[in-house]
Amino acid sequence: MPELLSPRDAKLVEGLRAGDEEAFMELIGELNPSLLRVARMFVPTAAVAEDVVGETWLAVLNGIDRFEGRSSLKTWIFRILTNTAKTRGERERRSVPFSALDTDDGGFEPAVERSRFTGTGHWAVLPRAWPEDRLLAKETLSVVERAIERLPPSQRTVITLRDVEGWTADEVRNALELSETNQRVLLHRARAKVRHALEQYLSEEQ
Amino acid sequence: MSIGLAHLNCRELVELVTAYIEGDLSSGERKRFDAHLASCDGCTTYVEQMRRTIELTGTLRIDDVPREAEEALLRSFRDWKA
Repeated sequence: MPELLSPRDAKLVEGLRAGDEEAFMELIGELNPSLLRVARMFVPTAAVAEDVVGETWLAVLNGIDRFEGRSSLKTWIFRILTNTAKTRGERERRSVPFSALDTDDGGFEPAVERSRFTGTGHWAVLPRAWPEDRLLAKETLSVVERAIERLPPSQRTVITLRDVEGWTADEVRNALELSETNQRVLLHRARAKVRHALEQYLSEEQ
Repeated sequence: MSIGLAHLNCRELVELVTAYIEGDLSSGERKRFDAHLASCDGCTTYVEQMRRTIELTGTLRIDDVPREAEEALLRSFRDWKA
């Protein structure tokens, strides 16, 4: 293994090659939810996404002997996933009308509605500070959750990987094959919408 | 990402918040951004709310893999090994 592979990755790779169940289950536990989420961006149903992920794991196992460690194990696995999901997505699209990643790259979506600004671009209605006690309430968290669920798939995936799962921008770009700008735009739109949902909720009378 | 010369208005600033928080602005852009924040309560509140939004999102739990799915994967692992 080249030295750039982390000790943990090296150990996992060794485990997979040796047919070690524990190593496999460790990886499943860590990556499967994200794999499903990313797969869902390319294919029309959750069932197909599960298929794609199953196929991906099989390809990982079959290819592990050829894995050279030029990227992290996670990046390599996500490349396999996106390739598998894209191929499958194209096939599905012939029968089911569906558009995935390209659903929301058209046009500019302002982070804040135009009506909140004056003609010269200053706040017409200032954002009001949020009440701290309500911000920390459990119900508020479910507002965040629902806002994320309503996002277009690409925005939902990016905000989940970045802000929920704590991936770096580079990890997300590599896994989803996004440019630096696209990654940031998707994240920005997603965060702006979640903030907006919080603002709506927190401005309601109790 | 490029923004106008000396002046940055509120409508433009809100579009740069993610780049600002991510540390992706050039030093010139960052200076203009900070200068605007220093004199604008509305934008200061907005940026603070974006930070709180990110924090709150970070406390969400990720759904675990359903038990059956895990077992199905384990079975295919054993098949693969065999």
